[in-house]
Amino acid sequence: MHHVVLERWSRGTSIIHRRDPRAKIIALVAFLAAVATTPDSCAPFRLPAYAALPLAAILAARLPLGGVAARAAVVLPFCGVFVVFSLVAGETQRAAALLEKSYLSALAALAVAATTPVARFLAGLEALGAPRFLLWVIQFLHRYLFVTSEQAQHMRQAAASRGAGGGFRFRSWRLRAASSAIAVLFARSYRRAEATYRAMLSRGFQGRIQLLYELSPDWGDALLVVLGIAVSIGLRVAMVLPA
Amino acid sequence: MHIPDGFLSPAILAATGAASAGGVYWMSRRAQGEIEESRAPLLGVMGAFVFAAQMINFPVGAGTTGHLLGGALLAFTLGPAPAVVTMTAILAVQALVFQDGGVLALGANVFNMAIAGVLGGYLLYRLLGGSRSRGIAVFTGASASVMVCAVLALAELRLSGVPMPPALLGVSMGLFAVNAVLEGAVTVGVIQALARLNPGFVKESAAPLRRPVLAAVALAAVFLASVGVWFASEAPDGLESLADKLGIGGRARAILAAPLPGYDAAWFGNAAVNKAVAGVLGAGLAFAAVLLLGRILFRKKAA
Amino acid sequence: MTDPVVQVAGLRYRYPDGTLALDGVDFRLEKGETVAVLGPNGSGKSTFVLHLNGLLQGEGTVSVCGMRIGHETLTPVRRKVGLVFQDPDEQLFMPSVLEDVAFGLLNSGLKPEEALPKARHFLRLVGMDHAGEKAPYHLSGGEKQRVAIAGVLAMQPEILVLDEPTTFLDPPGQRDLLALLRSLPQAMIVVTHNTLFAESLAARAVFFERGKIVGEGTPRELLDCFNWSLPGPSRGQPPPAAGSSGQSRL
Repeated sequence: MHHVVLERWSRGTSIIHRRDPRAKIIALVAFLAAVATTPDSCAPFRLPAYAALPLAAILAARLPLGGVAARAAVVLPFCGVFVVFSLVAGETQRAAALLEKSYLSALAALAVAATTPVARFLAGLEALGAPRFLLWVIQFLHRYLFVTSEQAQHMRQAAASRGAGGGFRFRSWRLRAASSAIAVLFARSYRRAEATYRAMLSRGFQGRIQLLYELSPDWGDALLVVLGIAVSIGLRVAMVLPA
Repeated sequence: MHIPDGFLSPAILAATGAASAGGVYWMSRRAQGEIEESRAPLLGVMGAFVFAAQMINFPVGAGTTGHLLGGALLAFTLGPAPAVVTMTAILAVQALVFQDGGVLALGANVFNMAIAGVLGGYLLYRLLGGSRSRGIAVFTGASASVMVCAVLALAELRLSGVPMPPALLGVSMGLFAVNAVLEGAVTVGVIQALARLNPGFVKESAAPLRRPVLAAVALAAVFLASVGVWFASEAPDGLESLADKLGIGGRARAILAAPLPGYDAAWFGNAAVNKAVAGVLGAGLAFAAVLLLGRILFRKKAA
Repeated sequence: MTDPVVQVAGLRYRYPDGTLALDGVDFRLEKGETVAVLGPNGSGKSTFVLHLNGLLQGEGTVSVCGMRIGHETLTPVRRKVGLVFQDPDEQLFMPSVLEDVAFGLLNSGLKPEEALPKARHFLRLVGMDHAGEKAPYHLSGGEKQRVAIAGVLAMQPEILVLDEPTTFLDPPGQRDLLALLRSLPQAMIVVTHNTLFAESLAARAVFFERGKIVGEGTPRELLDCFNWSLPGPSRGQPPPAAGSSGQSRL
């Protein structure tokens, strides 16, 4: 499954993996902001220069380039729709810009996600001031994603083995079957949440979850922030320099 | 409708980002309850449930399938503030782990799907709750939540300058309408099944709202803002003159141009800036409506 | 005779939906003793277990190490009683194994630099020290169960309560769990449908039916009395009719 691969990548030990999550988040936002503020009228052959930053990160992190590049392509279906829209409207240059900007942004986001375990990412977000409660909800969501998806998968197989799969026509009983499957999944998840909460109480939970890892930024992190911002601004300015 | 990075203009990103940050901060304080993090496991596991429920496809016809979005379902069961937080968590995981929706665009996606969609749908559900059939309230609320998300997302894209030829736009709105109807139908089915399993799962829709008139006004404001943003993008003249009168247009231009002196001046033409300002205004209006709505809904709980 | 570590008297509990789950339970657990809890589904075993550290509070009294469970004693009682639940996925909720084992330690007020070595120690005790950085979903059922037990042991409880610990384990996993539990000094209450497991672990057993303890003795005696095992192929004869039926109330 997708997030299992990402999780494996994120547990590497490269120079990028070891950076403070805050430094990576700040560098990522600087890069994304540079891309986002680049006008769509910018020459389409200049935009690929932005790839330098995410590619450098991916190579320094020793991630499989092909795998990361393919994974970033998940944005393409959405882009495709609006590329068609732009082409129909006769705006070829915008079509190219949308495609390039969204792919480059996804590549950069993936370079950070694939080098930062979710728990550390959340610790970084907390240190940057995100609401603790929301971060804990995200943490529990991520923890039970796989468990609950597996349950849904089993239910789908059970339904398919009773002949519910296939077919192209809309049938109301199928909608009803899907509804009750979702309701059962809901009830099970609710019970699981209660059981998890009981397990937490049993181990002395009193309303506040403690963090185990302290973040300790070093000079490498400072360098990453400075480089990330400087290169992003440099590339951004280069985009609009007269040829 | 997860908008990736690279589509939205800086002004839209800033406006929706600010609106979402404020809204989510406020909603998460409401949702966490008296004991600090004790509801985090419930909301997290239910978020995982929505992820999993999205895997259960149902046929739309002609070989295509749809799936549940789940925001309205969460609002009708866990309540509006927890639903907002849970949907926000889902969108964050989709952006960070699955690259589904952009990182900078997370603000816009949260605003559309977690805040406006959930609260709009919930409010409609509560307003119709007094009628004879709960099914009607559930159906309308869930369908509306999908339509609000879709209209807002398309409006934000249009305001960012993404061209939308009318014919293609009509087709996509049609698809969204089908999705909205399905969301309504499936949510009704799930709510009925849940009520059979354990009536306690479903939030009572028949309980009278404290201030139904204000709630109706707020709801109308949300829909007007959604549609208004849309029209503003098609004909920005009205809002343009308004923005210029208020002096916002010039200031926004100065702020946006300042940090990067080499900025392409042509791109900063009047039309684009004013579209962006219209977007900021529209989104701000919608957000104000949502805040108002939340205040009415939650006063009772807080008391 | 020393004081019992757990003493339950006249415990009754009714669920909010009206179901009477416990109907007058009396129970004693001596220091260092292991007791198996047997009985049909829905007979109140799990409800009983939830009363042992105050997750549910019914009528009657539950005392742990001389403390009567009430609002003021919840924190000390939960440190004395370690509860291991049936599904380890519900118990391992933190992002990594090490953080999960440290969860209880941090709740009891330890600083991270004190909690980490302790958590590592208890992971070593259950033979999982290699997995500290792993995420729980990369573990097998048996490994998850071991980590869950390490997380509970880290609290250094005097009583260990296990609810259906073998459900997600294959026979080698059950064997390993048995060896681990036998090596622990704590008094134990083990709820199980696994008759072999009960016989190998506990000298004494109680049998629940309809919210009451209806039998007490060695596991073997109860299994025979309540006709509580599968017909073994070696016996070659139908199981004898028993005095009491193990009717399910689901």
